[in-house]
Amino acid sequence: MIDVFLNEKYIGEVANAKTFMENVKAERRGGKLPATMNIYYDEKSNEIYLDSSKGRARRPLIVVENGKSLLTDDHYEKLKKNELKWSDLLKQGIIEYIDAAEEENIYVALKEEDITKEHTHLEIDPIVILGLTTSLVPFSNFVQSSRLNRGQKTQKQSLGLYLANYHLRIDTDVNILHYPQAPIVRSFMHDVSKYNEHPSGQNVVVALMSYHGYNMQDSLIINKASIERGLARSTFFRPYSSEELRYQGGLVDEIGVPDKDVKGYRSEEDYRHLEDDGIIYPEAKVDMEQVLIGKTSPPRFLGDMEEFTLAANTRREASTTIRHGERGVVDNIIITENEEGNKLVVVKVRDQRIPEVGDKFATRHGQKGVIGAIVPSTDMPFTASGLIPDIIFSPHSVPSRMSISHLMELLGGKVGALSGRTIDATTFAGEKEEDLRKELLSLGFKENGTEKLYNGITGEEYEATIFVGNQYYMKLKYMVANKLHARASGRIQLLTRQPIEGRAKGGGMRLGEMEKDCFVAHGASLLLKERFDSDKTRLHVCESCGLFAVSDDYKGKKFCQRCGNNVEITTIELSYAFKLLLDELKSLGFYPKLKLKSKYLD
Amino acid sequence: MIENYKEKIPAPLLDKYLKLTKDMKLTKDQEKKILDKLEKEYNNAKIAPGESIGVITAESFGEPGTQMTLNVFHFAGVAEVQVTLGLPRLIELFDARKTVSTPAMEVFLDKKYSDNQATVKKVAALIKETKFREVVSSFSINVLNLQVECELNKKNIRDLKIKEDEIVEALNKGLKGVNVKLVNKGDSIVLKPNSEELKDVYKLKEKAKDVFVRGIPGVTQVLPVMQGNEFVILTAGSNLKEVIKIPEVDETRTKSNNMFEMHDVFGIEVARNNIIEEAQKVIQNQGLDVDIRHIMFIADIMCATGEIKGITRSGITGEKESVLARASFETPIKHIIDASLVGEIDTLNSVIENVILNQPVPLGTGLPGLVVKMAGEVENEKSTRSNKK
Repeated sequence: MIDVFLNEKYIGEVANAKTFMENVKAERRGGKLPATMNIYYDEKSNEIYLDSSKGRARRPLIVVENGKSLLTDDHYEKLKKNELKWSDLLKQGIIEYIDAAEEENIYVALKEEDITKEHTHLEIDPIVILGLTTSLVPFSNFVQSSRLNRGQKTQKQSLGLYLANYHLRIDTDVNILHYPQAPIVRSFMHDVSKYNEHPSGQNVVVALMSYHGYNMQDSLIINKASIERGLARSTFFRPYSSEELRYQGGLVDEIGVPDKDVKGYRSEEDYRHLEDDGIIYPEAKVDMEQVLIGKTSPPRFLGDMEEFTLAANTRREASTTIRHGERGVVDNIIITENEEGNKLVVVKVRDQRIPEVGDKFATRHGQKGVIGAIVPSTDMPFTASGLIPDIIFSPHSVPSRMSISHLMELLGGKVGALSGRTIDATTFAGEKEEDLRKELLSLGFKENGTEKLYNGITGEEYEATIFVGNQYYMKLKYMVANKLHARASGRIQLLTRQPIEGRAKGGGMRLGEMEKDCFVAHGASLLLKERFDSDKTRLHVCESCGLFAVSDDYKGKKFCQRCGNNVEITTIELSYAFKLLLDELKSLGFYPKLKLKSKYLD
Repeated sequence: MIENYKEKIPAPLLDKYLKLTKDMKLTKDQEKKILDKLEKEYNNAKIAPGESIGVITAESFGEPGTQMTLNVFHFAGVAEVQVTLGLPRLIELFDARKTVSTPAMEVFLDKKYSDNQATVKKVAALIKETKFREVVSSFSINVLNLQVECELNKKNIRDLKIKEDEIVEALNKGLKGVNVKLVNKGDSIVLKPNSEELKDVYKLKEKAKDVFVRGIPGVTQVLPVMQGNEFVILTAGSNLKEVIKIPEVDETRTKSNNMFEMHDVFGIEVARNNIIEEAQKVIQNQGLDVDIRHIMFIADIMCATGEIKGITRSGITGEKESVLARASFETPIKHIIDASLVGEIDTLNSVIENVILNQPVPLGTGLPGLVVKMAGEVENEKSTRSNKK
C-alpha cells in the first residue's frame, strides 16, 4: 500500500499509484479537483504527495496525451480571433500549472516535433527555457550559454528610461538615457514585455576593425561627432532630503539660512544659493559640498557648565550639501510633511553625463568594453557613400568568445536599417541568416556585410574590406565620473592619524600589502618609506627609561615624566601607528623600552 | 691562458668551457674573447648586495599560484594511482607536512632486471601489501562446528605467486590462539577459535580478513610502467625503508614523494633534492614557469638546519629573530607575551619591522648608509653637540 499525504498530512493509502495518479490528474483537468493542486509520487519512499498549499512556484505547460499535444491548430485560430482566452484553455485542461514536485514525474518536450509516446507535456514555447532578460538577447541560439549569462547581466546594468514619470519620483541612483531607441533587431519578448516603451539603448553603426591600438582589449572607439549629436548622453539624478526633527525638551531643528555665530558655520560662499527660507532655488548650478538645504540643530548635549554660558544657546550647523566629488543643477524641490508631521524638504539634483574616455558600454551579447578614445569624425574611417561609423569595435573580441549572435545582430541590424523594418531575432525562431544575406544583396550591398573603408586621416583605401553593421548599444551605469578619485592631503583618522578610507569622504589611496612587497622587491626602500609617511610623527624619547618624554615647546624644555629633567632626551621620527602600538602595549602592562642608536655612527 | 681566469671564474664553469672548446682549435685571441665574455656574464648573473631575493621568490610563487585551477582539478592520474597536485600539494610541500595526502613511490630495479617483465611482475607482487581477504573468494561461518571456512581464490593466488603454506603461516602469525588448517587439498582454509561462542567466531572472521599475508605494509597499489627502456613500479602508499631491502630494487634511484621518509633513509641532501623535484612537478604539471633557483632557494632554507622545517609559524617563520616580524605573521599576542617575559630585544634588522616603524627597510636603496668622515672644526662641533644632549 502507498501512503497518501495532502499538504504534508497523512490522509490514507491507495493500492495502485499509477491509476490513482491518473485519476487525480483527470479529475483535476476535468475541473472536479482544484487546478491549484499538484500531485507527486516519490518512488524511493513509495509515497504520494498532494499539495494545494500556497507559496509554490508553478509554471504552465501544454498537456500531451498519447503523443499528441492537446493544443491544436483549431485552438490557435480561435485564440487569434479572440474567441478563446487563456482561462478557457486552463478550464478545458489543455494547459495546466506544474509545481516543482510534480515536475519530477513528468516528461516535457521542448518543441512539438520532439513529442514521442512517453511525453506528458509540451513547453508553451522553446523560449521559456530562458528567463525574461536572457530572452531579450537577439539570436541567442547562436551563442555560448555563458556569454548569454553575461549578456543578460549587462542588460540589467544599462541606462534607459526606467519609468516615464521619473521626474515626479524621488528614487535614489537614477540614470536616464537621452533619446533611447527601440532595437532594430529584436526578439518577440521585446513586444511581450513592451520593451519599446522603456528602451535602454541606441542603434548605432559599428565597424569591426582596429584603430591605432586605442580599441585593444575590449575598448571602443567612439565618433566625437556622434557624441556631440547626443549619442549615449544620460542624466544622473540624486535626491537630497532634510527633515526638521523634534528633540526632547521642545527643541526643534530649523530649516533656514544659518546665522554666522552657529557652531560649524561654513563659508558664506557655500550658502550663496539659498533663498530666504533656507532652501536653494530651482535650476541653481551647485558644486561640490555647497549647501542645498540650510538647517540648524539645537546643541547636542546640555553640559553642566554650558547651561550658564552664552555658548549654551549656540545652535549647530546641520545643512545638507552636495556629496563630495559631485555637482549638478537643482532639478526639483519638494516641501512637504512626513508621517510625524515634521517639515520635510527634498531637493533633486541632476547632472548631465556626456560619454567620456573610460565610460562602459555593452552590446546584448556579453561584449562589454570601455571607451578607449573619442575620435573626431574627420579622423574616423568612412565608407564609399561617406558614412562614418559611430563605434569601432575590435574584431579580436569575437573569435575566442564565439559570440556568433553578435555578428548576426550586426548583419540583421544593417538589413533592418536599410530596409526600414525590424528584424525578428527570437531564440530558435529568428530570421534565417541566408535570408538576411540575400536581402542585403538585393539592397545593393555585399551579402556578407563588408564594405570598402577609407582611412580618415590619409584618405587611402584600406586593403581589407571591413564588416560594418548596425547594432543596439547600451550605456552601462559605470561611468568614470563616479569613479575618479585623487587626493594630495585631507582628512585623517583620529586614532591612527592615517588617511581615512573611501572615495566619498575624500580618503586616501591605500598602498596595500602586495604593493608594499613590490617596492621591497625592487629595492626601492626610501620610496617605500616616503609612501608610508602619511602618519609620521616626531616623538621624544627618554634615553634612560626608554619611554616617551614630553616636550614643552612654550618653555623650550624637554622632560621625562618618570625620570625628571636631568635625563637625555632624543627626538626621533616614527610612524604614529607604532607609537599607538607601544601605548596599547603599555596599557596591557608591557614595558616596551626603546633603545636608541644612530644608524650611521658606530 | 686558463690560469689567468682561475680566480675570476668558478671551476665548474671553466671545466664546462674546456669540454666544449676541446676540439675547436681556438686562437689565443678568440679564447680570450670568449673567456672575457664568460667572466662578464658570470658577474652579471651574480646577485647584487641588497637584492631582495626572498620577496622576489615569494612573488614568483605567489603570482602563478593565483592562476592555479580550482581544487576540483587538483587530482590527476589514472584511476589506479592517484596523486595530489596543484595548490594543495604545493602547500603541503612548503608546510613540510609529516603525512602526505597521497603517498607514492617510484621503485626502480637494478638495470639487469629492469627490462625483464617477469621479474618486474614478481617484484611488484612482493611490494604490494596483500591481505588475507584478497586471496579468499568467500568466507562462511559454520554454525554447527563453530568455525570459519575460507574458500581460497586460486586465480589470485597464482597471480600473486603465493604458496598455500605461506598463507597458513601468515595466519598463524596474525591470529593468536586460532587453529588454522588447510583442507580440501589446499582449496580452503578452516579457522577454529578457542571460544565456543558464535559472537567470537564472527569476530574472528572479520579479523581474519585484514590479516597481513605478504608484501610491504602501507603499499596499497602497484603499477609497473614502461619508462624509457625499462620498467618502473609506481606505488600508492609508501614505505621506502622496506622497499630498498628487496635485492632487485635499485636503491640509488628509488624515491618516495614524502620528504621526511627520504630524509630518514638517505639524509638531508636527498630530502632537499626531493623538495625541489616535487615542487617542480607541481609547477610543470600546471603549465606554469617558475625559475628553478627560486625553488632551490626555498628548499635550501627548509633544509638549512639539517632538519626539514616548513614555512609555518612552528617552522622557519617562527624562528625569525624579530618579535615584530613574528607577531605580524600569525598569533601576535602569543609572540608579544613570550617576548616580554624574557625581555627580547628587536634590533630592527629586517623588512617588516622597519615598515611598521616607518623607517627605510635595509634593502636596495635603504641598505647603504652614508658616512662622512668629519675632521677639524666640524668634528669638534659635533662632539660638543652630542655633549649638550
